[in-house]
Amino acid sequence: MTTPLIEMRAIERTYVMGDNLVHALRGVDLTIDKGSSIAIMGTSGSGKSTMMNIMGCLDQPTKGSYLLNGKDVSRLSRSQLADVRGRMIGFVFQSFNLLSRTSALENVEMPLMYQGVSSADRHKRARQALERVNLAGREHHHTNQLSGGQQQRVAIARALVTEAPVIMADEPTGNLDSKTSFEVMAILQGLVDEGKTVILVTHEADIAAYASRVVTLRDGLIIEDRQQTPVKAGEVAA
Amino acid sequence: MSLLTTFKLAIRALWRNKVRTLLTMIGIVFGIGAVIAMVSSGQGAQLAVKQVFQSMGTNVLIVTNQSMRGGGPSTGGGGGASLTWEDLTALQAEEIPTIKWMAPVLDSRTQVVSEEANWNTRVYGTNATWFKIRNWEAAEGTLLDEDTGNSNAKVTVIGKTVATQLFGTASPIGQTIRVNGQPYEVIGVLTAKGQGPMGDNDDAMVIPVKTFQQKIDRGIAKYFRGQLLVSMTRDDAAEQTMAKISSILRDRHKLDGSQEDDFRIRNPAEWAKAQQDSTERIATLLAIVAAVSLLIGGIGVMNIMLVSVIERTREIGIRMAVGAKPLDVMTQFLVEAIVLAAVGGALGVALGYGAAHYMAGYFGWPMIFPAKTAAIAFAVSGGVGVGFGLYPAIRASRLDPITALRYET
Repeated sequence: MTTPLIEMRAIERTYVMGDNLVHALRGVDLTIDKGSSIAIMGTSGSGKSTMMNIMGCLDQPTKGSYLLNGKDVSRLSRSQLADVRGRMIGFVFQSFNLLSRTSALENVEMPLMYQGVSSADRHKRARQALERVNLAGREHHHTNQLSGGQQQRVAIARALVTEAPVIMADEPTGNLDSKTSFEVMAILQGLVDEGKTVILVTHEADIAAYASRVVTLRDGLIIEDRQQTPVKAGEVAA
Repeated sequence: MSLLTTFKLAIRALWRNKVRTLLTMIGIVFGIGAVIAMVSSGQGAQLAVKQVFQSMGTNVLIVTNQSMRGGGPSTGGGGGASLTWEDLTALQAEEIPTIKWMAPVLDSRTQVVSEEANWNTRVYGTNATWFKIRNWEAAEGTLLDEDTGNSNAKVTVIGKTVATQLFGTASPIGQTIRVNGQPYEVIGVLTAKGQGPMGDNDDAMVIPVKTFQQKIDRGIAKYFRGQLLVSMTRDDAAEQTMAKISSILRDRHKLDGSQEDDFRIRNPAEWAKAQQDSTERIATLLAIVAAVSLLIGGIGVMNIMLVSVIERTREIGIRMAVGAKPLDVMTQFLVEAIVLAAVGGALGVALGYGAAHYMAGYFGWPMIFPAKTAAIAFAVSGGVGVGFGLYPAIRASRLDPITALRYET
């Protein structure tokens, strides 16, 4: 039996907001296998953002345990957590979160800097990542000179460059038109075929349709967990 | 992340905000520049004072009449003068053990004329001893010796400036200079001494004291209207020697206890010391002012770094999301501050050097580059970078990645 990539057990997360305790997650169990695509759905306030933050090692659970690739990461220091993020997780955000006034290449290279990869290696790997998202030849464009779709592809390249097994995409098409959305989703689906685990966090059923599993949250609990046959973005686009 | 990468990153970040980088740096540049310029000038001024003092001769006392008139030939009458030539002879005869040499000096600013040119210079009437007291050698020809110095010969030894003004590049030895219609034969040219307390040391023409009395003061007078230079055997004999001279002169002038001296004994060493003390105080004060301006420059760096951290909150969030550890973020901002301060410091050293050089030229004191101060100032500016960059850097490293990522600019 292989260890699941992600194993969350009885995860709870409480925030203190002034005098109130906010229970964002109230005991969530979730296991995700390597190489799958999963959509985490829910309305705002359902706890899906908290879920993503914890899964992405940006945040830690108040209670419960989180095993990432078999290793408990729920009690790590900030610095150790940063290290895990760098190696295991690639983020794709709704608002791209690229550095402005900085070239596409430098943006993609950035995660490698924190892993101590040599300059020559960084260039090579960043170029390859940009090629994979069909941005060869745009390496030296500044991010603000690129279209939204191109920017999101740079962000995907940045998530890919570290060879992290998990891609966390938070509303990846939220700022894109539908045609560009298909392109971005096609790339993400391509990654699943290559063996990456892609986690989509979204409130749109259209986007969730591209995943093979849909988990729905409400008020900090999983209310639905179903398998489905994903829609192929490539076919829709064509 | 390797340090080299961090440096590259810092330089790129600073380059991206050129104007702001420049403005931040200016504080440091001027701070360091001011420190160096002020310390350099202070040291230069002190050295200049010292050199002036040395050019007058060390261990020297000057005895004059109570009311000394500056410049011009002293003409007849007894007004103001109390020292007599006989006083001088008497002092000589006392053979005070702490006195090495004595030389009377009369002087007058006069027009002097050669075949080709004329020039206004200071003519000194003195004897051979004067050159010893002033420690002045002949560059060409000879000085006044015991014979010529005590005679009424119409010979002269001239300073470099006079030589150049009257004879250009030609050798003045054997040439004739006319003063008040009288011809003087040039027997020697003095070595160059440069600037002194009374201006150009080399703008001088020296003739025997007796000749001066006869030809310039027009007649031997009873009263001595010049300066008596007294050189002492030891540095610490000034007080003792002054007391001795004073008592001899008071005796000769029949002054009783209630009467004040009708002559004056000055000690240039004391004057130089006072000068030096006051320059030193001013130098210290200026250095403090400069140090304060450096501190303000440092606070400027901190201010900008704090603004920069807030402005780049989103960037910090992104970096943390892709794996930057708190230490990486802290190092990045710290290195930025250090680079800023170090580059500013280097420019400041250059600026300070330039300013000091200009001031040295303007005020005519020697240019001293205070290498030690420059090193310290540079280290301080690095320290300013660390000191004032640390707090913003720590703030940056403590940001929560989730909050930082959501931060809207």
